[in-house]
Amino acid sequence: MQDFRFTPLDLPPETEALRGEVRAFLDETIGHEPPVLRSRTWSRFDGAFSRKLGDKGWIGMTWPRAYGGHERSALERYVVLEELLAAGAPCSAHWTGDRQSGPLLLNRGTEEQRRRFLPGIASGEIFFCIGMSEPDTGSDLASVRTRADRTDGGYIVNGTKIWTSNAHECDHMIALLRTDTEVERKHDGLSQFILDLKAPGVTARPIRNLADEDHFNEVVFQDVFVPDDLLVGREGDGWAQVTSELAFERSGPERYLSSWILVEEMLRAAGPEPSERRAIALGRLVAHAAVLREMSLSVAGQLQRGEDPSLEATVVKDLGALLEQQIPEVAHELYEEEPTLEAASDLAQVTAYLVQAAPSFSLRGGAREILRGIIARGLGLR
Amino acid sequence: MSGAEMEDENELAGILADQVNRLLADTATREVKRAAELGDWPAALWAGVEEAGLPLALVSEDAGGVGAGWAEAEVVMRAAGRHQAPLPLVETMLAARMLEGAGLPIPDGPMTLAPIPPGDALTLDGERLSGRASRVPWGGRAGHVVLLLEGEGGTAIVLAEPGEPVANANVAREPRDDLTWTEAVVQAAPTNLSAGDLRHWGAFARAAQMAGALEFVLAESVRYANDRSQFGRPLGKFQAVQQQLAALAGEVAAAGASVLAAARALDRGRAGFEVACAKIRCGEAAGKAAAIAHQVHGAIGFTQEHALHFATKRLWSWRAEFGGEAQWSQELGREMARLGADRLWPFMTGARGA
Ligand SMILES: Cc1cc2nc3c(=O)[nH]c(=O)nc-3n(C[C@H](O)[C@H](O)[C@H](O)COP(=O)(O)OP(=O)(O)OC[C@H]3O[C@@H](n4cnc5c(N)ncnc54)[C@H](O)[C@@H]3O)c2cc1C
Repeated sequence: MQDFRFTPLDLPPETEALRGEVRAFLDETIGHEPPVLRSRTWSRFDGAFSRKLGDKGWIGMTWPRAYGGHERSALERYVVLEELLAAGAPCSAHWTGDRQSGPLLLNRGTEEQRRRFLPGIASGEIFFCIGMSEPDTGSDLASVRTRADRTDGGYIVNGTKIWTSNAHECDHMIALLRTDTEVERKHDGLSQFILDLKAPGVTARPIRNLADEDHFNEVVFQDVFVPDDLLVGREGDGWAQVTSELAFERSGPERYLSSWILVEEMLRAAGPEPSERRAIALGRLVAHAAVLREMSLSVAGQLQRGEDPSLEATVVKDLGALLEQQIPEVAHELYEEEPTLEAASDLAQVTAYLVQAAPSFSLRGGAREILRGIIARGLGLR
Repeated sequence: MSGAEMEDENELAGILADQVNRLLADTATREVKRAAELGDWPAALWAGVEEAGLPLALVSEDAGGVGAGWAEAEVVMRAAGRHQAPLPLVETMLAARMLEGAGLPIPDGPMTLAPIPPGDALTLDGERLSGRASRVPWGGRAGHVVLLLEGEGGTAIVLAEPGEPVANANVAREPRDDLTWTEAVVQAAPTNLSAGDLRHWGAFARAAQMAGALEFVLAESVRYANDRSQFGRPLGKFQAVQQQLAALAGEVAAAGASVLAAARALDRGRAGFEVACAKIRCGEAAGKAAAIAHQVHGAIGFTQEHALHFATKRLWSWRAEFGGEAQWSQELGREMARLGADRLWPFMTGARGA
């Protein structure tokens, strides 16, 4: 049985100045926004905000300067991330590029791809989305069917991606496509591409979510030409590449803060002398959050030391989603005002939004059952 | 702490953990635990931990101890929980530390400390102790009892021989005796510790023991799921079982992380928040983990014969001792409410203990 290691981490004192800077910046940019707006941190696409962050040097923080990065530590990046998420900053636009697409290109991209895309991601001017899921491909990701067929100087793409966050707002997609249908194992014959979403033959259509947001999309490709130089890594290596990319996604050391604004609003509504019931429930939530933060920091420390914390990060993501989903439940138990987006109090508005967003917390980035399968394998059960 | 220092410390902690775990694995056997449930004192087991210097881990080398900090003490306490050593080991560690701080002599042999919940009436008149302390861990077995008494003249640490015992126990059948003294001659000295500090130490020790017992529960459950077959394959191959065990692993991981954070905060000297979080988180993990472990073990885990209950019964007991989740959560919730919503996040991210 593999032991999970959650070695405690102390953030170096230098990060405190950075934290202060981030807080001052957030106060200025989003401090005046109502809590219900700030609780939409994951779904709010705000390119202008992302550009301001880029100006500050807070996207692509750890990347080499040669590619527009800032060569700062994983721990400094951690501090910026947790401040953005706790404050409810609109992170949706730059998030994918910063966390996932950028690192993928750094690791597997060609020199030309890095020079062409990374500086724009880091400045908050180029936004990426992730094309993995398809109508018949969810958790069983290796079953993708959207094809990229060889042609002169490149490939022709046909098929449909779905649930693609922000595809209607983004410039590019990193897509997992089938380049070879004659394979014995479905994991073979997959490749990753950078697709230009403005190219002829691409249609991105938002699919309204239950909270009435246009966030994810259906993206249809009809004979879309992709030049050779937009293949990422090696043809046929897509599966290996995408699994290490997902490790980045899940290693995000901050997967527990989606409902944090609601904890603050509940505490505000409880006042300085809360009832016993509220004190107990809120104290418990704070304890859970504090422990998850320790675990997240530990994952950040492992990333900083160049270790592979993917199993630990999976544990944090699973526990984090449980907490994020429990917070609106606790709000229901403790407060009487009916949660609606038009309610009088911030608390009821935020509850109304998060109760609708919550089901996605244990789906996006890998469904709970899939994460637990990964953990079970780590325990030596398969 | 720099990265390199942290690595060194982790390595040391790893070596210590290996040693203590080996010692206890060999000596805290099923038979010893069962005999202790029935009232035997495990003299050989105690001799082993004493020889290894564990009871005086938190005492300085000058005073004959090991000079360990809380992070190393956590390793010992966690191992004690992992192996469910039926001894007042963590109690002796804490009692000895209290005595040293007050400049009192540290007697040999097992000691304990009185938790003194509200309702216990104890008076110290010069060097004479009277009154009743309830639910003292191993109270009737320990050679000495250490008490912290807050009075008008200040706070004192008292070293007493056990008073007249009325035997009592927790559900794990660990002795939790009521002790009564009548004008008993004791040694006393002023202390700058408070009753609050003592509660933190006790809660921390129980949380660390829970983290250890949780590791045991997870390891046993995984082993059992791989060994036991039904429908022609090991239980661990069934997805329903895998999902449960993954959830169990998450609880164990969170409990362990919470205790490491609390130990570090204690070493820095201000740990109220982290200890409260650890006691709350470990207590909740105890409930969830024990339930899953028993479900996975089926009927065999529900027997006296099987070793699982030594851990799960202790989890159910330790969860409540030195303040259960209701108490700690309420305190924490009130503290955060006084702090206010806008200062919550800065508090969470501040270097609280520094
Ligand atoms: C808000 C949101 C944003 C998203 N953004 C993107 C994006 O940008 N790009 C992208 O590619 N995708 C995105 N997704 C899709 C997401 O990755 C998928 O929802 C996820 O992988 C699950 O796939 P599915 O929805 O098809 O569910 P399914 O895979 O059909 O699963 C349905 C249920 O069955 C369970 N299940 C499936 N297989 C197993 C199994 N083997 N064992 C046990 N249980 C199983 C799952 O755990 C789940 O509970 C997004 C989803 C959401 C909700």
